[in-house]
Amino acid sequence: MPDHLLDVRNLSVDFHTARGTVHAVRDVSWHLDRGEVLAILGESGSGKSVSASAVLDLIDCPPGEITSGEILFDGRNLLTMSADARRQINGKRIAMIFQDPLSHLNPVYTVGWQIEETMVVHGTARDAARRETVELLRKVGLPDPEGAVEKYPHQFSGGQRQRLMIAMALALKPDVLIADEPTTALDVTVQAQILALLQSLQKETGMGLLIITHDLGVVAEIAHRVVVMNEGEIVERGSAREVYHNPQHAYTKKLISAAPGQGAMSEGGQGPEPMLSMRGVTKTYGAFHAIDDLDLDLYPNETLAIVGESGSGKSTTAKLLLRLEEADAGEAHYEGRDIFKLSPKELYEMRRDIQMVFQDPTQSLNPRMSVYKIISEAWVIHPEILPKPRWRERVAELLEQVGLEAEHMYRHPHQFSGGQRQRIAIARALALEPRIIVCDEAVSALDVSIQAQVIDLLHRLKDELNLSYIFIAHDLPVVRDFADRVLVMQKGKVVEVGPVRQIFESPREDYTRNLLAASLDPDPDVQAERRAARLEAAQ
Amino acid sequence: MVERSPAPAATRTKEGPGALRTALSLLWADKLACAAVIFLVIVTLCAIFGPMFLEEITSKPNLRGRNAPPFDLSKGWMFILGGDQLGRPLLARIIVAAQNTMVVAAGAVVASMIIGSALGLIAGYSRGRAGQIIPRLADVIMSFPSLLLAVIVLYMLEPAVGNLVIVLAITRIPIYLRTTRAEVLEIRERMFVQAARVMGASTKRIVFRHILPVVLPTLTTIATLDFAFVMLAESSLSFLGIGIQPPEITWGLMVSQGRPYLTSAWWLCFWPGLAIILTTLSLNLLSNWLRVVLDPQQRWRLEMGGKKNA
Amino acid sequence: MKQFLGKRAVASAVSLLGLVVLVFFLSRLTGDPTDLYLPVDASVESREQFRELHGLNDPLVMQFVNYLGDLVRFDFGESIRRNEPAIDAVLRGFSWTLTLAVITMGLVTVCAITFGALAAFNVGGRFDRFATFVSLIGASAPDFWIAIVAIVLFSVNLGWLPTSGTGTVWHWVLPVAVLFIRPFGLILQVVRGSMISALQSAYVKTARAKGVGNRPIIFVHALRNAMLPVITVIGDQAAALLNGAVVVETIFGFPGVGKLMIDSILQRDFTVILAAIMVTAFAIFLMNILIDIAYAILDPRIRY
Repeated sequence: MPDHLLDVRNLSVDFHTARGTVHAVRDVSWHLDRGEVLAILGESGSGKSVSASAVLDLIDCPPGEITSGEILFDGRNLLTMSADARRQINGKRIAMIFQDPLSHLNPVYTVGWQIEETMVVHGTARDAARRETVELLRKVGLPDPEGAVEKYPHQFSGGQRQRLMIAMALALKPDVLIADEPTTALDVTVQAQILALLQSLQKETGMGLLIITHDLGVVAEIAHRVVVMNEGEIVERGSAREVYHNPQHAYTKKLISAAPGQGAMSEGGQGPEPMLSMRGVTKTYGAFHAIDDLDLDLYPNETLAIVGESGSGKSTTAKLLLRLEEADAGEAHYEGRDIFKLSPKELYEMRRDIQMVFQDPTQSLNPRMSVYKIISEAWVIHPEILPKPRWRERVAELLEQVGLEAEHMYRHPHQFSGGQRQRIAIARALALEPRIIVCDEAVSALDVSIQAQVIDLLHRLKDELNLSYIFIAHDLPVVRDFADRVLVMQKGKVVEVGPVRQIFESPREDYTRNLLAASLDPDPDVQAERRAARLEAAQ
Repeated sequence: MVERSPAPAATRTKEGPGALRTALSLLWADKLACAAVIFLVIVTLCAIFGPMFLEEITSKPNLRGRNAPPFDLSKGWMFILGGDQLGRPLLARIIVAAQNTMVVAAGAVVASMIIGSALGLIAGYSRGRAGQIIPRLADVIMSFPSLLLAVIVLYMLEPAVGNLVIVLAITRIPIYLRTTRAEVLEIRERMFVQAARVMGASTKRIVFRHILPVVLPTLTTIATLDFAFVMLAESSLSFLGIGIQPPEITWGLMVSQGRPYLTSAWWLCFWPGLAIILTTLSLNLLSNWLRVVLDPQQRWRLEMGGKKNA
Repeated sequence: MKQFLGKRAVASAVSLLGLVVLVFFLSRLTGDPTDLYLPVDASVESREQFRELHGLNDPLVMQFVNYLGDLVRFDFGESIRRNEPAIDAVLRGFSWTLTLAVITMGLVTVCAITFGALAAFNVGGRFDRFATFVSLIGASAPDFWIAIVAIVLFSVNLGWLPTSGTGTVWHWVLPVAVLFIRPFGLILQVVRGSMISALQSAYVKTARAKGVGNRPIIFVHALRNAMLPVITVIGDQAAALLNGAVVVETIFGFPGVGKLMIDSILQRDFTVILAAIMVTAFAIFLMNILIDIAYAILDPRIRY
């Protein structure tokens, strides 16, 4: 009898790239037993997904190369088995679900066919597989399972697609299920449902569940044991509680302290007069009401967070305010004028005052321009701000202000990390000396530790430059730490608005309460309490 | 996600001093593309300087060299590929013909690329009526049978180099128009374009500073491929007798002129045809290489060099 | 769907009308057919008679209106040269061309997709390099030159195949083979490129994680996704063939619509040219509809 169901020993994987060989994982060992949930926790680039890909033979060689180690499954080394033998195990005994289920489902086949295929390739007859598929869809909680099998992936919502992936993975009752960031792109309430589903299915079938995640909250909610990875190596391992409460390695300590939602909440009083107020704003796309009669006030030197799930209209609000899209009705008063009715010339002047920082800095910086060009473009467009001879000096100043170095101005965006790029984007926004900065999910693409740094930077700039922020986010713990006031949106409407403490400690609306309940706390004990409370409420 | 360690400056900077060297080393990694570029350089040099030096030899009939067989050096090395029906050395004729062939193709490609991509930029960026009408224009041109249209128009107009260029250019405009429009529609929504709009950038600035540089590599790749296509089209027209007219000369016309002697002197057709194939093949190889180099998903194959995948 | 078809039909009709106008007026402006058809010493009366017979005395606009009027009644006019309705000559030629195009494109599609998909599966491998190179040569070759070389080789020197005409199966071999080469090269490259990106996609990873074998991954999962750009190119190439493979038909003396058009141009037989343009344009319109249907079948996300 082998020691463990799945046992990865001293695995090292290299990737050959243009810039030389990258050691994706080095000497990594972990194991998984029946009936337990193991989490691999790590930030992007930590190599957390690589060993799982190796288990399922999903690493492309070249450019990848497994340089050492073995992967024992039921005592047999997968790495020395033939491709055919491994195919027999894939899907049948070890199954996997992925982040972003839309791109991982084949768009041109019905979901029924795709789920059946798992069974058919492993020897089940087609019609038996079809009956089983309907059963599976019922089990993962998809509405109308008989109708669903005939539909295509694009006809489902994000959460439903992840349920489909789970049904597909569980078709043959595998011994091991690997879930690679299964809830990352999902709304918090959907994330809670999917995690609960995984948990109950795991208990029911007794399979071993491996969760790969960057989110301490997910670990706290579901994992028994956790393995922490950094730069291709395992830096810490232990039970989820142990690691959270008593981290040994400096990296783990840093990760846990960077987790948002632990700092003091703002008590900030607001100024007497709002500097910006939107009234009765409405925007429809065809029959879809993106924004429905929205009112919003922004006071000087405050951070107003707009929170809501996808489709709530929070990003559309930003686009309307910046006139990237035109509102159907309503007004937005700023300095005695209605932003929605500005002439092109007035709009051009207004651009100086209201700037934006986008979600993904990789995409918001033109890859073909140097940092100097990116930042100084502001003065090419608005030459009255600064005479040309002073540009270089000012770019250097701005870069230092956002925590970069002056000589960075000669580089191109691809030479920076994600966090650094977001700093460049912030510097660009500051170049126009704005009074309001709209941050549209400005930190959600960043790793937790980087996120904390960027939030600190925004905080500091707000005080130094007397800025006001409209901070659009779906991540409640970040909002809790950063916002002065919070506006909760759902389906284009304002659910409630109030100071951050009131929203987080005594929400008035059910929707807000559900949103808060579904968001995950990094402390396993807190999550265990919440789980118990949920169970009680259900009974 | 986006976290990645910074790359060393020299390897990937596009406008830096190392760019040319990087390009050359990437070219060296693909031996076929390298050979193609060398061949194209030779053809270009022939096209530019050939007529200056060889005009005299090729315009003088020489009865003793009529249909002289190839690989016979007794009449001088100019006759290494044989002589034509009037005894003119084939090698010299091919070098001289390169000029017309290249001028027509280059003229048509440049004209169609400039007009097509300009229309494509307008069609892609404007949300007004132009955005709707211009693509229709492309559809109309596309639905014309292009070679036939050229035949009809050239038969009725004078088959001069200028007309040939215009006709070929018109038939190729839709390619650039559609590609540019599709790319612009996508790039327009990218965040760095939105960021420029938020800063108050003018439409002109957004189109020329932000969108065009991103489209340009794709257009270059297509233009390389299209050069080959236009060359073939011109050859076909000249072969049918409605392209370039004697005494002007192109490779396609040479094949056509050699056709009556097919059974007795195959080389009259063979060599100019081979010149066409080698040139178009080189252009295709170059275009393939460009596509790989410009696609970050595939570029590693070249950057890794010939060690694992040649 | 109905609305979509209607829009397409209107767009095609508009561009066809433009083409007819262009050809009609260009043809009338470039010379008097009487000079071409009647002997140089023909009497003034016989010239006048000829003009009267073919309506060449009316003002140009009037001639055009009459022509359109006839068109509405599906009367495409008489061929001046052939003494038969122009449409008869065109349909005869078109049926030859259609057969040629269907055979060629059928072969091209099957071969290019199979080889392209296999080449993409092992990028940089021996088969891939071979297939890529062959396809590049194919895409680079001028068809008239290939035709000539093939005639010299197989008909003149080896005597295996007839040089021109129709009649036996052997007459079809060279035209089909020559027409095969370029579309094969072009489509193979598109298949390969499209398959490479399809095989890198996330859903292929899922299929591998499910334990699906290589062959179904290539031919079931990736190929159907990779087909959309391929179909576009197949359509373009098929359209080019339907327009009459002018050069190849001329060289092989093949009585298709392309040769008919060239002959008619040289003979200034404009009714035939116009009829031929309309027939091929209609055929291409139908083919484009088929292609749109193929899109919708292949990709359930596309709905008209």
